Formats: sequence, C-alpha cells, structure tokens
Amino acid sequence: MATVDSQTANQTVVLKPAKGWLGVDLKELWYYRELVYFLTWRDIKVRYKQAALGIAWVILQPLITALVSTFVFSRGLKIDSGSLPYPLFVLSAYLPWHLFANSLTKSSSSLVGNANLITKVYFPRIIIPLASVLSSLLDFFISLVILLIAMVIYKAPITLTALWIIPFSVLAMIIALAVGLWFSALNVQYRDVQQILPFISQIWLYITPVLYPINIGSNPIFKAIYNLNPMVGVVQGFRWALFGGTQPDATIWISGAAILLLFISGIYFFRRMEKTFADVV
Amino acid sequence: MMNSDYAIQVKGIGKRYRIGAAQERSDTLRDLIVSQVGKARGIFQPRRSAARSDHNHIWALRDVSFDVKKGQALGIIGRNGAGKSTLLKVLSRVTDPTEGVGELRGRVGSLLEVGTGFHPELTGRENIYLNGAILGMRKKEIDARYDEIVAFSEVDQFIDTPVKRYSSGMYLRLAFAVAAHLEPEILVVDEVLAVGDADFQRKCLGKMSDVAQQGRTVLFVSHNMSAIQRLTEESIVLDKGKVLLRAPSAEAVDFYLNRGLSKLGERFWEHDEIPVTAAPFRPLAIRLLDKNNTVSDSVRSVDPITIEIEYQLEAEITGLRVGYYLNTSRGEAVFTSFDTDPHDLFNEYTSRPAGVYLSRCTIPANTLNEGRFSIGINASAYRIKRYFQDDQALSFSVDASGAPGTQWPEPRPGAVRPALDWRIDRKGPHERV
Repeated sequence: MATVDSQTANQTVVLKPAKGWLGVDLKELWYYRELVYFLTWRDIKVRYKQAALGIAWVILQPLITALVSTFVFSRGLKIDSGSLPYPLFVLSAYLPWHLFANSLTKSSSSLVGNANLITKVYFPRIIIPLASVLSSLLDFFISLVILLIAMVIYKAPITLTALWIIPFSVLAMIIALAVGLWFSALNVQYRDVQQILPFISQIWLYITPVLYPINIGSNPIFKAIYNLNPMVGVVQGFRWALFGGTQPDATIWISGAAILLLFISGIYFFRRMEKTFADVV
Repeated sequence: MMNSDYAIQVKGIGKRYRIGAAQERSDTLRDLIVSQVGKARGIFQPRRSAARSDHNHIWALRDVSFDVKKGQALGIIGRNGAGKSTLLKVLSRVTDPTEGVGELRGRVGSLLEVGTGFHPELTGRENIYLNGAILGMRKKEIDARYDEIVAFSEVDQFIDTPVKRYSSGMYLRLAFAVAAHLEPEILVVDEVLAVGDADFQRKCLGKMSDVAQQGRTVLFVSHNMSAIQRLTEESIVLDKGKVLLRAPSAEAVDFYLNRGLSKLGERFWEHDEIPVTAAPFRPLAIRLLDKNNTVSDSVRSVDPITIEIEYQLEAEITGLRVGYYLNTSRGEAVFTSFDTDPHDLFNEYTSRPAGVYLSRCTIPANTLNEGRFSIGINASAYRIKRYFQDDQALSFSVDASGAPGTQWPEPRPGAVRPALDWRIDRKGPHERV
C-alpha cells in the first residue's frame, strides 16, 4: 500500500486573498511534475485520434510544407538559398519555426480548453500552457528525423556543430511559452485572442527568415530592430548549426534580451491573472 | 494561529464576484474598449459611474469562520446559491478568497465533481492515471491502488476501451472509483453522490462512510439530508453566503428544512435540485397546512392537518402514484400513503396527462403524538420506475396540548396519539369479576 509522501503529509495550505505580483513556486511545480507529464502525454495521445491517417500526419506535415514551399518560393519566386538546396534550407528553418508556432497556438488556447480542470481542481495553472508546449516536442523530433534523412539524401555533412540545435530548440520553446503565457491568460478573459492568433502567427512567419535567407542589408539600426524578433536568432542559429554559413553575431543578444523580457513579464502577468481564471473562464 | 488539533481553520472568509463574471463566456476586447471609454466619460458624470460599480459585485460568501477538528466530518447545507460551492472552491484552492484567511493542514483532495479531466478518447486504464494525477495522486500511488480501483468500478472487461464507448453508468463508476481511492487527509466532497442509479449511490455512500470512519477529515456538501445525517456528526447551515448555524447534523438539517427555506412548513424544489431522471415528473412544492389552511410547520395534535404536494407532469405518466412517508425525527417510520391508495382514485387515475397537479391528503385530528416529524415524498409507478424521491422534504412539529391524556403533564411514548374510545363500566358495588 502506498503511503503519502512525508513531504506532503505535513503540508499546510494557507488561504488568503491574492495580492500583488507573484513569481513561480518552483518547489510546488516540482511536486506536480507528474501532472505535467500526464497532461503532455494526454495531449500527444489524443491529438491524432479519430484521424484516418493518425500519427502519419506528423510525418506528412513537414514533408508537404517542404514540398509546397520549394515549388512556390524556389521554383516560382526564384528565391536564392545560396549553395544550400532549397528543401534543406526551408526544412531547417521550418523545424524550429513549427515547434514555436505549434507551441504558441496550443498554449494560447490551453487554459480555455482545460476550463473544466481549472474550475474544479487546484494545481499550479502554469502547468497547462507548459504541458501544451512540451507536447509539440513529439512532432519536432519526428520532423528532425525527416530533416536528417533529407540531409543524407542531399549529402550534406552532419557535424558536431549540429548539437547547437538543442539550445536553439529550447529557446524556441521558451519564446513560445513566454508569448503563450500572455496569450493564454488574455484568452481566458478575451476570446478575441483566438481570432487574432492566426494573423499574428502569419505575420511573425513573414518577419522571420524561414522562407527567405537573412540578407537584409547592413543598416545597423534596421538590423537591430529586425533582431528584436527573437525567432530571428533561433531560426538563423538553427540553420547555422546544421549547415554553417552566417554565424549568429552580437545582435543575437538583442533577441536574448527580448526573450528574457517576454518570459519574465509573461510569468508575472500569468500569475497575476491566474487568481481569476476559475471565476472568469 | 494554527492549533494542530484542527485540520481546517478559516476566519472571515469572503468571496466577491463581479455580477455575471461567471456566466459571461464571451468577454471581448470590444467590451473592454467600450467600458474604458465609458469610464473616461464617467469623469464627467461621476454619479452615474459610482452607482454602477456598486451594483456590479455580489458577495457569494461573507465573513465565514469555522474550524474542523482532525478526523471530523462536517456537513455543509444550504439552498442553491447559498454559497456552498463557492466555499468548497475556496477551500480546495480553485479560487482565492477576496478577504479573510484560512489554513488547511494536510493534503487536500477535492472532489467537486467525479471524472474531472476524463478524456473520452482515452481508455479506462489511461483515464485512471490521468484523472488520478489531476486529483493529486502520484503515479506510484495509482500503481498501488490500480487493481482496487478497477475492482471497485466493475468495468475490468472494458478497461482498454475508450471511455466514450462506456455507458453513462460505467463512466460514473470508473470516475467515482478513482476518486474514492484518493486518500488525502482532508477530503472535500461536493454532491458527487447525486449521480447514478440508487444502487450506485448506495455504494458511494458506503465508501464515503468508510472514509469518514478512517479518521480522515471530511467536508461534505449535499442536498441529500439523510446522507448528511449518516456521514457527518456536525453541520453548518449556509444562507446568502453566511453561516447561520453550526449544530449537530440532525439539528442542522431540521433547521435548514424549516428555516433555511423560503417559508415554514413549505418546501420548493429548484430546477437544479431535481435529477434529470425524474423527468417527466417535476416536483414543485410540498406544504403542510393547519386547520385554517395556513401553511405552518407547527400543528396541533387535536386538529386535522393537510399535506399538499404540487407537481408538474411534462408528459403523460401511466400508473403514477404520488405519496409521502411520515417518519419521526429519530427516523422511525410512522406510515406511508399514496394518492391512489383509495380505490376510487386508483381507478380514476390510471394515467395522468401532462399538467400541473396538486395531491392533497388530510391526516385526521388526533393522529400524531407530540414531537417532531419529517415527511419524505415519493413519485413512482409501481414496479416500473421511481421518478422522484426526497426523504427529507419537510419537517414539522406537533403540539399535543388539549389531546387526550394531557391532563397529566407526562411524555407519552409512541409516534401516534389517537383519541381512542374508552368505556368504563361499573359492575356493581361489591360484585366480583
């Protein structure tokens, strides 16, 4: 027979009105780690149920994207991807981009989608957007395998520098979580967020060098502004890690600062709004 | 502040809601913009905007203080909208109080509904783990109790079937099974027993009383007054967000049935107090009338009393009988009577078309002894279906003054006090029998 952890047996819960700004209680989050796992697992498990092709969609989506954009942008619009074959060029950026966009979409609607949990059970609310960001990882890993296969086919060398994609992927998820925290909390009160989100995603895609190479001239001010978009650094860094070329320069710190600001403000905003989720959702 | 003998202590808890905040699902940015513009305009019309903000809020709970000793089971009763659910939400940390403080010592398990987070696409097995984790169980705890949970739910053959293919009964059994095996030190339960068929309700009640007897602290909200009395020693009565009374459960139930409701001697059923299974029968009210046809909860033994049950049939029902059980406050049955007991009515009302009905029954004068009685109502078709039952619909007291035998101020045992015929014959001055 399992016994209750001694750590939890003596826990005292204090009820009091929520005041001011709160950070994240990491200890509590650690206590609920299994719930993060189970919610992530549920999201993955449920996503392709009732779809005739099931999990095959995870493979088809990046393939179709690569194919379509190759035809439209490389053959059609004659975008120059340099020495890199365009399918590799677009897949390498599509991976972190899709990880980001997927995570953002899911986390933004996550609180509203889990309203039944929020109004009935207590747990740190941040777990919900966190789990939906993590559940995008499965698609990412499968896409990564496809990319590696494509690299073998195109005889692109796989070097140790490729390991840099790990921090860049984590960064993409942090950005998604940061924005997702803002959007999910706003969405509880204002469902408009759900309507605006597709446009934001699309515009964000256009200001990120996913479909086109990053050669935007040398005007330092313009470059700095462009780099305020943290996904620029991620996508560029991802491409660099796999294929070399333009190494991320000092402007990545602008991206980094933007991420940090977004993330911290996102947490605080979320924690502040959290108190009213159950009443408003 | 905390005395370690107590599992729960709350002081001055209040919860304020913006009116409509809970229902308004489609707050939009436009509303926000409009209201901001409205506020800006309000600068020039200060009186109007001040009046508006006053009416925009409602206190669902106000100044609620109580404590619960470790191992005690406390009932919470009150009408719909009295603040019971809000109180449970605050205690289970789903929402924060607007004012006041509280402490809960021990792991809190809250069951505000069964099957929270069940996903229809997942199998029974998967949902056990998911639901368990949501309710706060660790994976190893679920592993350890998995077999018990499956056995309790009686769905072992279908454990690898998606729960969307379950019947509603199977679904509920599985959901309750997970919840019942959550073993927190403090269990907060809301009305989860109001679901399922009678057998299942009995099973749930049995499990609940096991929990209460295992020395765990239980907070139990229910409209089922007999369940409250069975499971808890003490109860608090909530009304309009305030604690009206804390007393031993029998007393609290009595208080609630008589005072907590709109009128003495009268009970209405709100829409959400009626289980869906009751349809097409819909109870409206039950009243107790004294000899002047006035609604009252205290009648005299020497007067006739009338019991009036008002109900609506949304469709025709064949073989319906509507009646009541009369019990003493200690739960002993006095008698049971149905409106189609008389043969002529039985023949006339083989079937009742849709409409609003009033079934009235007069208990003749000199029937009941002094004391408190409760009435339970039942609407059923014999051996076909029980539409509705409420074991604690109403309670009332009988005063015996003037009744036969009251010349001696002694209590007479027994639930009834009939005026019986006595004859005393004198057989002669010295005659031997």
